Amino acid sequence: MSGSYRDEMLNRMAQEARRGRLSRREFMAYSVAAGLTASAASGLWTSKIAKAAPQKGGTFKVGLHDGNTSDSHDPGTYQSVGQIQIAHATRSYLTEITPENGLGPDMAEAWSATPDARVWTFELNKNATFHDGRKFTAKDAAASLNFHRGESSTSAAKSLLADVTDIKIDGDHTIHIELGQGSADLPWIMTDYHLVMLPAKDDGSVEWESGIGAGPYKIEKHEPGVVSELVRHEGWHREGAYFDKIEIIVLNDPNARQTALVTGDVHAVTSVDLKTLALLARSPNIEVDNVPSGSAITLPMHCDVAPFNDVNVRQALKYACNRQELVDKILFGTGTVGNDYHVSPGMPYYPDLPQREYDLDKAKYHLKQAGLTELNVELSAADSVLPGAVDMCVLYSEHAKPAGINIKAVREPNDGYWSDVWLKKPFCFVKWGARPTPDNMFTLAYKDDAAWNESHWQNERFNELLLLAKKELDQERRSAMYREMCELAKDDGGTVLPMFTNFVYARDKSVQHSGNLASSWELDGGRGYHRWWFAS
Amino acid sequence: MNYFVIGYYALLIGASCLAAFYGKKSAFLLLFSLTLVSFIVGIIGGETWLWNITIAAGVIALCAGTAYAFREFLVIVTPYETSKALAKAPLTASFGLFVIMTYLIAGVFAPVIAPFGEAEVISQSYAPADENMLMGADQLGRDLFSRLVYGARNTVGLAFIATTLAFLAGTIAGLLAATRGGWFDQAMGRLADVIMSIPSLIFALLMLSIFGTNLSVLVIIVAIIYSPRVFRLTRAVAGNIVVMDYIEAARLRGEGMWYLVRKEILPNSTAPLIAEFGLEFCFVFLLIAGLSFLGLGIQPPTADWGSMVRDNATLISFGEITPLIPAAAIALLTVAVNFVVDWMLYRSSGLKE
Amino acid sequence: MGDVLDIIVKRLALGAVTLLVISIIIFGMVELLPGDVAQAILGQGATAENLAALRARLGLGDPAIVRYFDWLGGAVLGDFGRSAVTDTPVGDLIGPRFANTLFLACYAAVIAVPLAITLGVIVALLRNTIFDRVANVATLTAISSPEFFLGYILILYLSVKTGYFPAIAKLSSDMTFLDLLHRTFLPALTMVLVVVAHMMRMTRAAIINLLASPYIEMARVKGMPAWKVIVKHALPNAWAPIINVIALNLAYLITGVVLVEFVFVYPGIGQLLVDSVTKRDFPIVQACCLIFAATFILLNLAADVLSILTNPRLRHKK
Repeated sequence: MSGSYRDEMLNRMAQEARRGRLSRREFMAYSVAAGLTASAASGLWTSKIAKAAPQKGGTFKVGLHDGNTSDSHDPGTYQSVGQIQIAHATRSYLTEITPENGLGPDMAEAWSATPDARVWTFELNKNATFHDGRKFTAKDAAASLNFHRGESSTSAAKSLLADVTDIKIDGDHTIHIELGQGSADLPWIMTDYHLVMLPAKDDGSVEWESGIGAGPYKIEKHEPGVVSELVRHEGWHREGAYFDKIEIIVLNDPNARQTALVTGDVHAVTSVDLKTLALLARSPNIEVDNVPSGSAITLPMHCDVAPFNDVNVRQALKYACNRQELVDKILFGTGTVGNDYHVSPGMPYYPDLPQREYDLDKAKYHLKQAGLTELNVELSAADSVLPGAVDMCVLYSEHAKPAGINIKAVREPNDGYWSDVWLKKPFCFVKWGARPTPDNMFTLAYKDDAAWNESHWQNERFNELLLLAKKELDQERRSAMYREMCELAKDDGGTVLPMFTNFVYARDKSVQHSGNLASSWELDGGRGYHRWWFAS
Repeated sequence: MNYFVIGYYALLIGASCLAAFYGKKSAFLLLFSLTLVSFIVGIIGGETWLWNITIAAGVIALCAGTAYAFREFLVIVTPYETSKALAKAPLTASFGLFVIMTYLIAGVFAPVIAPFGEAEVISQSYAPADENMLMGADQLGRDLFSRLVYGARNTVGLAFIATTLAFLAGTIAGLLAATRGGWFDQAMGRLADVIMSIPSLIFALLMLSIFGTNLSVLVIIVAIIYSPRVFRLTRAVAGNIVVMDYIEAARLRGEGMWYLVRKEILPNSTAPLIAEFGLEFCFVFLLIAGLSFLGLGIQPPTADWGSMVRDNATLISFGEITPLIPAAAIALLTVAVNFVVDWMLYRSSGLKE
Repeated sequence: MGDVLDIIVKRLALGAVTLLVISIIIFGMVELLPGDVAQAILGQGATAENLAALRARLGLGDPAIVRYFDWLGGAVLGDFGRSAVTDTPVGDLIGPRFANTLFLACYAAVIAVPLAITLGVIVALLRNTIFDRVANVATLTAISSPEFFLGYILILYLSVKTGYFPAIAKLSSDMTFLDLLHRTFLPALTMVLVVVAHMMRMTRAAIINLLASPYIEMARVKGMPAWKVIVKHALPNAWAPIINVIALNLAYLITGVVLVEFVFVYPGIGQLLVDSVTKRDFPIVQACCLIFAATFILLNLAADVLSILTNPRLRHKK
């Protein structure tokens, strides 16, 4: 292929891509086919297309699932997708997950730690302001974090900041966070959806009731569970926020979301119904974003309850699961098979251990080792946790049957699943939101004394490594420690982890993004509102 | 113009002329209005629409033929009294009976009829129909036809039990209230008011959340929700009968209450009760389907038409007919039940026209 | 007419007692629901610690009976309390949504009631002809299809494929009345389809029921045309059962439309009620249920009074 011809072709492709007719993936594929290296193609994309295109204007209408009339502005109660998305659009965090899934600055410009990782210093952005014009200062940052701490706090993020012993204000734009034990991951934790920055009151509490924040958009009208109308916050401290206005419409019914997108009532929707994904992708004006995430399906077994107290029973159940078929049939291919440890391929320190296969002989072998010829267990699930959750359990029980394992799928009421089933029933279906780091995940749900240690798993070596790795700032050693922990979880742990789900959302082709999407939440980590734009 | 279109109109016009000639007024009206409609439709929609009309007419004719044959069959096999009544039954009623019998057989002999188990995964998701699978596969790759057959057993059985229970409770309470009167009547009346004033879906939602979603709870809740309607109707009908002279006469004869209810009141109030049964049966079906839609229905992997519709409902937006099949099964049965009910109502009302 | 007033007063008193009983039942059921509002608010994020703190803040420490009478004391004076989750007054939350629900119900009723009665009279006139049968089968099919399914089919044909009407009934304040009617047409139509059949069948049955009466025979013998017999003689005497069915269906249009709201994303009261049950938000559940119950009781009362007023025999008694 001659050089000039190639240049012309690349130019034309860049033009097409800028108009939104070529996705990043297609652009990459064609460029590589035209003789470019992958990194050169990627660079070309960033310099020619992604940078050139953003432009201001328009009202971006989004249809969200999971919004409730009872959603409040209290960050301690953030739980629904509606709350989390609106929090990212209107309030800001100290740090953010970038579209490349790295850690980037938001309200904090820079951060550093003492060598034992016990004191962290955050330098705050001096240009940041709240929607009512007030300057954002260290006092606000400290109050916002303290809201989740202390005796009387009702926040769900309380355990996340349990290690924090003190938060010190140093001038107007610096805070020091002191920890009881070193934690190398603290800047990552600051991206947690609860930890929004709010204006402080004089008594050190925060003002959350008004809905004011320091994010890219401010709330103009908010009817919980129905619609929220946002306008750009002109004094926002960062690049972006291209849309003039944003309308977030709650569309809980999957069919309503889909028809609203197809008929042009909204420009983007979250959580596409996977059954109709293939049909939707055929529509000429619709682009589907299928983003692998760290969100995992776990089936925890209580390791202190018979028959799960025998590691052989746990191994047998792990071998009796045909993960690929679950991904194909329940997620319609939009997921990654799991390997019984809670670190997804997109997370830092992911160890590439050999994949556990569906192996009935090994399942039978372990069953025999446990002195059993037949195993009867009940697996609880509810479709509110994941659409198709109960179907997945039914399918799993079909897989396990030939090995002499009878799993009875039990449909629990959607209502009250988290209070009455999770952590109570010895074998149940759980879906976890993505957490930024392995330490974060393990500390929450696998540490011996964690409140959410859902499998009641006690492993001395694992817990020892967890504490060592937490304060280890050397990347290589840390990596090795997480690898060993994953091996332990895989072969001794009490959790069957069949798969990681993707975020599958769709948008009108007129809505553009850089081609990279953060995998922490839907819509580019909840930040599509200020990262995306309308093509002309 | 091709042979099909020419033949189509020739047949219609010829048949209308014949009907007019032999003085069959309603047949003529039907055929000729169909001809006129076909002209308009044919101009707007072209030949395909005429084909659709032909197919629809064929299906209706087939149903009518089945109904006719089934009625003659029943007349022959049933004893004299019944067969005399059946001989005069309209075709719709015998079609209704035929459908109900088919569902009954499908339900009772489900394991024999269905080629696969109701939970058995045999293929890929949404695999198309082939020689193994009559209607293709559902979202997990289970045979849709087998699940429909098992669904007849589960869904119809459940709705039938719930409706019957509601009727038992409602009629007994209604009859007692009508014959006893006094405080019992008042108390039952107020209780019925209270239950009816609470929106049924919310009531079911609350009760199922409290007691958990299992079959017996579901049946009892549905029965509780629908019994007040039956109670009110029975109370009203029986109330009218209780004041009749022949009841007074029976009382004076010294007959007990049980005798009065059984021999005098019940036989005279069956017609409206049967009509109500038909409608209630539909409503129970719909309530259960609605509950499935909110995720509170029957336990998986049990096949149930309501949740089969719910599970695949979004496909309809893309013109896929998968969710239509169980919905059509629900609709067909309720239509059939009501056909039969209409006939019984007509027979017992004594209206001869 | 004194009789009628008497009945109204008596029934209103009974209605008040019914409402009280319902409030006790609802309170009891919300209490019995597994989990409480604190657990529902915190969801997966609940730990023993923050649960206790939240319970203290919400005042859940008091025994159930104290909380009920607290609520009742306020309710009698017209104060239905504040939402336990969002801490806004119940009236502010329910008011606009109930208005939306009423609007949709009226919209559907304005279409459905005249349509059902006209159709009912026509099929009674043409009874046992092919038209009667077709109407019969069509309406039966309509009532036997789940309403969410009817909604989906209407969306497919009238919105996705043809674009005549919008698929989601999103309301905004700057809409003209015509816009509003256009936006909410599909949910209204779905509800019309659901209720028309029942009312039409009852109209037909009530009229046919009277056709065997001697006075109808008489009118017919006099040589009156069939339609006149029905409209002038049969219909006036058939009003009582028809009005009763209309009342029942109007009550359904207000209280039974959760699924329609869900499918068309209409911000009515049903969705609020389901959300509040999930969150165990007692004041809202209670207020919604009482509104529904009161609607039902008042409509029934209206139906009874109207059927007395429309009954020629009762009307001419004085």
